[in-house]
Amino acid sequence: MSDVTYSSAADPGEDVYADSYETFDGTVYNLAGGDWDSIAAAPEGEKERIVVNMGPQHPSTHGVLRLVLELDGETVTDARCGIGYLHTGIEKNMEYRTWVQGVTFVTRMDYLTPFFNEAAYVLAVEKLLGISQNIPERANVIRVLMMELNRISSHLVALATGGMELGALTAMTFGFRERELVLDLFEMVTGLRMNSAFFRPGGVAQDLPSDGEKAIRDTLPLLRKRMKDTADLLIDNAIWMGRTVDVGYLDLQGCMALGMTGPVLRSAGLPHDLRKSQPYCGYEAYEFDVPTQTSCDAYGRFLIRIAEMHESLNIVEQCLDRLTPGPVMVEDKKIAWPAQLSIGSDGQGNSTEHIKHIMSESMESLIHHFKLVTEGFTVPAGQAYVAVESPRGELGAHVVSSGGTRPYRVHFRDPSFNNLQATAAMSEGSMVADVIAAVASIDPVMGGVDR
Amino acid sequence: MTESGIPVVPEGVSELDVVGVRRGSFQVSGSGDTSGFGGLVSPIVMPAPTERPYGGWFDELADEIELALADRNLPVSSVIDKVVVDRDEITFFVLAEYIVDFARMLRDEPGLRFEMCLGVNGVHYLEDKGRELHAVYPFLSITHNRRIRVEVTAPDANPHIPSIVGIYPSNDWHERETWDFFGIVFDGHPGLTRIEMPDDWAGHPQRKDYPLGGIPVEYKGATIPAPDNRRAYN
Repeated sequence: MSDVTYSSAADPGEDVYADSYETFDGTVYNLAGGDWDSIAAAPEGEKERIVVNMGPQHPSTHGVLRLVLELDGETVTDARCGIGYLHTGIEKNMEYRTWVQGVTFVTRMDYLTPFFNEAAYVLAVEKLLGISQNIPERANVIRVLMMELNRISSHLVALATGGMELGALTAMTFGFRERELVLDLFEMVTGLRMNSAFFRPGGVAQDLPSDGEKAIRDTLPLLRKRMKDTADLLIDNAIWMGRTVDVGYLDLQGCMALGMTGPVLRSAGLPHDLRKSQPYCGYEAYEFDVPTQTSCDAYGRFLIRIAEMHESLNIVEQCLDRLTPGPVMVEDKKIAWPAQLSIGSDGQGNSTEHIKHIMSESMESLIHHFKLVTEGFTVPAGQAYVAVESPRGELGAHVVSSGGTRPYRVHFRDPSFNNLQATAAMSEGSMVADVIAAVASIDPVMGGVDR
Repeated sequence: MTESGIPVVPEGVSELDVVGVRRGSFQVSGSGDTSGFGGLVSPIVMPAPTERPYGGWFDELADEIELALADRNLPVSSVIDKVVVDRDEITFFVLAEYIVDFARMLRDEPGLRFEMCLGVNGVHYLEDKGRELHAVYPFLSITHNRRIRVEVTAPDANPHIPSIVGIYPSNDWHERETWDFFGIVFDGHPGLTRIEMPDDWAGHPQRKDYPLGGIPVEYKGATIPAPDNRRAYN
């Protein structure tokens, strides 16, 4: 930093809050707001560049994102993202926990799509264990059911926060209201609204509650009706279209170069969806369409999200029809979690039957329970990469095992992380206000970006 | 297994990929443990290289790659170190100096056409001497609906791998992340700076030799060691 000399704030006549310093490019003035007068005497003849630091802040629920914009009047000439503000070292932490505990971490990455994070991770672990074919049918149906409900809740937030950022506050209240309906279902099935840690290597943690199927079925008509209301509110809305049509433009060539996946890629006309091209969890058995648009803009991505939510509702209905009684965890007792949870008088707890069995009937069961819970199972050495189609695009999990009871290395290829790279291509040359619409159309979640 | 802990190579396998040795059962030593578990020695063996035929579409793909390499006057044996087929996934170990040519070939060759490189991930094998750092690139071909993995290794002493951002611009942030976490220098990257950690951070946190902090909690005179010094099953 030898090319920078800070002027001393103690100099008479200097503004202590908005100092200036010299660089090779000329004088740089720091502005903290309300002090434009102090740079009125900026030297003549020098090229003036205004760099605005948008953030690091919390733009609704995307997380903490910093945008560095270079402006020429209202036009953005240069846009750069600063990320890392939500880095929590999840990947490193997982190297010091058992394979099952890893689920608890990954569910917290992209906090709007917990089930997709869990799915990518458990599918990779199952591939390493070589038990992918042994997952019970019911567990797979429940996984698809939860993922598709999750897709709806995630797209609703995309819509809600995107609307709020563009001033459409009714879209925000509608979106969050409908999302709450879905989160209620999550709470009923997993016990938690978010961060459920519900998928486990080998199946799911718990079967649906006895009234679960009915509750989900009863919610669907209301959800369908209200989603139509939200869509009607925005689809032909002149203000909404004025803010999003031809904004955040990225054509197919740009999408391929920048590795875009998800609604952004589909808004450029390519119907690429991993659920169709490389099905997992039995997606090949479901009937659904992959909506695309050819407008390459934020409005097209909005239409795709609306259409995808309806497709997801159809898949959820098909899941409910396919649910047949059966186990929800692999038979292999060396992998399946020994205890089943049940709701006791205090609200939660282990199944009393299981406790009775291990405490007073079978010492071997107790040893088995203890070993599996404290030590965990070992996973044969090797590596696997599994990708699922999250609401934002390809979510990949690269899991490496060294044959131990803990992951050797876990890495997530988060779609938001990759797609945020398109911010510059989408917003350079546009107005400042369009940057917001462009970023909202990418729908990044910084918890997933930074992990 | 021999007494030294180095396993006997089974028949039909050309060589074993030993990346480390696991000792004991609880990551402790010198505790006076007489159970015998402390004396356990087991090598960490990654899946061994695979010989032809690889099975399924892998052979077709390998043929395409060999032809495409020949078109570019690149000798297969010096570009591809080994091929591992494991768990229905194929991994090409490519020598670092050829990764740019290899990536360009994957992208441009009509029979390969891997439109997407889904980033790069580092893995640090502390005991894999001379090739401690691995950079793992997953590739996806939408046209042919195929996935492959390309792995490049670099020694800790000279952690340099050429950047493929010029071919796959989407790898920009991914390479920055791998530099940030593992210290792999991607030569030719347009701006290899930290991305997740603060700019003034020292060290590369996801390396296996990066010291962990731990929390100085005291309870009745006991202290909690950092996770990597804690007793645990291994």
